[in-house]
Amino acid sequence: MVAFEAVIGLEIHAELLTRSKMFCSCPVVDSTQAEPNVAVCPICAGMPGTLPVINRQAVELALRVALALGCQIHPVSVFARKNYFYPDLPKGYQISQYEQPLAVNGILPIETESGWREIRIRRVHLEEDTGKLSHVHADGEVYSLVDLNRAGVPLLEIVSEPDLRSAQEVRAYAQTLRILLRTLQASSGDMEKGALRIEPNISVRPAGSSTLGTRVEIKNLNSFRSLERAVAYQIEVQVGKLSRGEVVEQETVGWDEAQEITFSQRSKEEAHDYRYFPEPDLPPLVVTPEWVESIRAALPELPWERQRRYVEALGLAPAEARLLVSDPALADFFDRVVGALKRAPARMAATWVTGELLARLNEQGQTLEVLRLSPEGFADLLDRTVEGQINLNTAKGVLQEMCMSGKPAVQIIAERGLEQVSDPEWIARIVAQVLRENPAELDKYRSGKSTLFNWFYGQVMRLTRGKANPQMVREELTRCLEDQVRGES
Amino acid sequence: MSELTDLSVPELLAGMRRGDFSAVEVTRAFLRAIECLEPSLHTLITFTPELAVRMAEEADRRYRAWRHEGSSTEAALPPLLGIPIMIKDVLCLKGVPCTCGSRILQDFVPPYTATAVQRLLDAGVVVLGKTNTDEFAMGSSTENSAFGATRNPWNPEHVPGGSSGGSASAVAARMTPAALGSDTGGSIRQPAAYCGVTGIKPTYGRVSRYGLVAYGSSLDTVGVFARSAAETALFFSLMAGHDPLDSTSAREPVPPVSLPDTPNLNGLRIGVPEEYFISGMSAEVEQAVRNAIAQMEHLGATVQNVRLPHTGYALPVYYLIAPAEASANLARYDGVRFGYRAPAERLWEMFDRTRGNGFGAEVKRRIMLGTYALSAGYYDAYYAQAQKVRTLIRQDFLDAFQQVDVIACPVAPTPAFRIGEHTDDPLAMYLEDIFTLPANLAGIPGLAFPAGFSATGLPIGMQLMSAPFREEILFHTAHAYQQVTDWHTRRPPLTP
Ligand SMILES: [Zn+2]
Repeated sequence: MVAFEAVIGLEIHAELLTRSKMFCSCPVVDSTQAEPNVAVCPICAGMPGTLPVINRQAVELALRVALALGCQIHPVSVFARKNYFYPDLPKGYQISQYEQPLAVNGILPIETESGWREIRIRRVHLEEDTGKLSHVHADGEVYSLVDLNRAGVPLLEIVSEPDLRSAQEVRAYAQTLRILLRTLQASSGDMEKGALRIEPNISVRPAGSSTLGTRVEIKNLNSFRSLERAVAYQIEVQVGKLSRGEVVEQETVGWDEAQEITFSQRSKEEAHDYRYFPEPDLPPLVVTPEWVESIRAALPELPWERQRRYVEALGLAPAEARLLVSDPALADFFDRVVGALKRAPARMAATWVTGELLARLNEQGQTLEVLRLSPEGFADLLDRTVEGQINLNTAKGVLQEMCMSGKPAVQIIAERGLEQVSDPEWIARIVAQVLRENPAELDKYRSGKSTLFNWFYGQVMRLTRGKANPQMVREELTRCLEDQVRGES
Repeated sequence: MSELTDLSVPELLAGMRRGDFSAVEVTRAFLRAIECLEPSLHTLITFTPELAVRMAEEADRRYRAWRHEGSSTEAALPPLLGIPIMIKDVLCLKGVPCTCGSRILQDFVPPYTATAVQRLLDAGVVVLGKTNTDEFAMGSSTENSAFGATRNPWNPEHVPGGSSGGSASAVAARMTPAALGSDTGGSIRQPAAYCGVTGIKPTYGRVSRYGLVAYGSSLDTVGVFARSAAETALFFSLMAGHDPLDSTSAREPVPPVSLPDTPNLNGLRIGVPEEYFISGMSAEVEQAVRNAIAQMEHLGATVQNVRLPHTGYALPVYYLIAPAEASANLARYDGVRFGYRAPAERLWEMFDRTRGNGFGAEVKRRIMLGTYALSAGYYDAYYAQAQKVRTLIRQDFLDAFQQVDVIACPVAPTPAFRIGEHTDDPLAMYLEDIFTLPANLAGIPGLAFPAGFSATGLPIGMQLMSAPFREEILFHTAHAYQQVTDWHTRRPPLTP
């Protein structure tokens, strides 16, 4: 039995977060929400006589991404016309970059089961999106409706080398890239809204071979889950064919979400001849070294650098570090909390952010932006907890109220009288009271039911309304109960 | 007041300023000329008399206000206030149909105005109408128009040249003082020569292409016709200059055109390329051009031979690059968003029929030619190779302009041919442009103006070319020549 290995490359299209479209001044609207054709002008409608003008912000965002991927930036890149006829493409050609893309030769580090791997990026280039067609059945007729809101929206195409070997790696690559795009605020990365489109191409060959097999490309994947499943399925199909001595045909397939199978969309014979040629309406795009350097200097910490810092410098658990980095907004929040901490350790902040805070957000389906919680206030709460001003349990309640009311911890603690009391005499008095008032339980304890310790502890905390210093309560309770047991014997 | 149509643009401006006649009177004089001659010449696709009168009335209001304020400063008035023009029907004017001489755009009303047109509107012009053109500017005779052929006012049996034949014919027949055109391979210069008027094809990028319906985007230029070099220069200088809406428009400053009062060409170096005096060209054309060069020498210029060795490749190179770009530029005409839509039961049938009925034969021929030249497996041999040769052609010129200031040569091998003469022979038609194509491929400016007449009474044009962005020297040279000749003042038989 021959062992096979999969060889997978990814083409990813990311909608850039620009204010206006790639070649006109139409605003970029959420095309899943907006009324059709509200963001259309003569230029993006492809009307005769109109001309494109390059959106500088799109170039800037593309350069951010390319530099973050360590790409080599071409000082001069060329836009080309990609000719094909389809009703959602107003000009009959798409303006894209072909022979001379904006950037080449980058690296995306991904974390796999066997450690970090560097996936090579072949090219990064700019292009414009097409419109959207929808087919409507009404009165026994079929209509095709065109919405040009999306036509001309800037897209960044990021093409990897075929360095990926499994469906899991494909998913890790796509997720890491999305985190990067979000960290750079270059794209929303929302797959379900089509802001991130992932097209894997897969071939299979005998393990150890250095030649490439026949490629199959998968289209219309709208979640990481379907990406991983579709790739795994396609690998299985190809391995099956090759082991049976059949050949794999070059084709483009779609993913059937419901049946979890791929289906053929287009064979090699039906492939387009795009008749690329340099776009005569746009002079070559010149990127000066000064521009590149100013963008490079403004790059934020990259996700994989951040993850390493969390583990190595802050001592976070790898899982916590990974979780934080996966949400750039959360990680930014965490970094500000850590920056504001006076006494509490960063690890504690990580546990709270990935635990209590994330749970709170998920519970209420909220995002950090809408929460009325400042990182400084959050740090203050953690510091007060570490200082013993309030106990852990109380702190969770205070956090909840901070999130809702926006009040600082100190105010909530004062208003509700939650400050932890560490007065030994007061604690001793309450412990004595609890033992006195519960003779039956005390008898059971004495006769060996030591699990009642926690019951006594709960009674003490209830009487102190959670304010008693838990550590001191435990110590006092232990001492008193031991006395009781010894007194018996 | 039909003599108003004989006045030059500066004379018209001076008369309106003085109050000798109003802008409405000027416009009405030209409207009468159009009504009288249009049936014989067919220069217009869209005639806009109401718009013209409205614009002229507005011009008169501004003249009156200016006089009322007692203002003696001419700067307060727009430089072309009340001057009528026509616009080739490939340039957009908001709210007026722009057909490009094609059935496929017969219903297209652009919601925007071309930058070149807007700049003239800002200068105060009055629009008389949109002129006839070969379909999508593809042609050299204005016979390839879906709306019928335009005729030459010197002899209506002959073509006016093309593709800007409507504009050239109308200026020659004094139906308008000036008209806008476009020049992709000679479409301004060749009709200017055939009709005996002056026409400038500017440096590529000198005048914004925004609002010019694209044919061959890397070759297309917007220019203008008038009766003299001085008037042409006036319109040109107001249209030229960088436009943020056209990324290929140049940032080079536009020097004000100031033409000397005395004809003097001292120090001017004229180059004469032997490649432009080919066997088979009309002897009358050659003689007229050589005479004109001699006359310029007489005015102080020095004349020397120059070599443009790659000239012979211009025709094949042009007929690869222009159709290739056209094949992409014309892909948008599908009947969905604008223009003509053929009735059909199904979507793809609608596309097929719209294009089948909407485009004429020459346009279809060039779309197929261009599609082929860009196809996988042919791109390198055709389009890419043509681009390489194109840079050699440009280099020929840049080398020549190290030695001379202007290159003087014929515009076309013959005077205007007969209507129908080349209709069945596309190659013979393409040969009409062999002297004009190189300037488009090189991106340099060219000026055509009358330099004589054939024995049969048809105008003969000559062409001057210069280094990029040196239009001024072309106007200067032609203006000196026109001060000592009267070819440009002659009236064709068909005039008001
Ligand atoms: Zn737009």
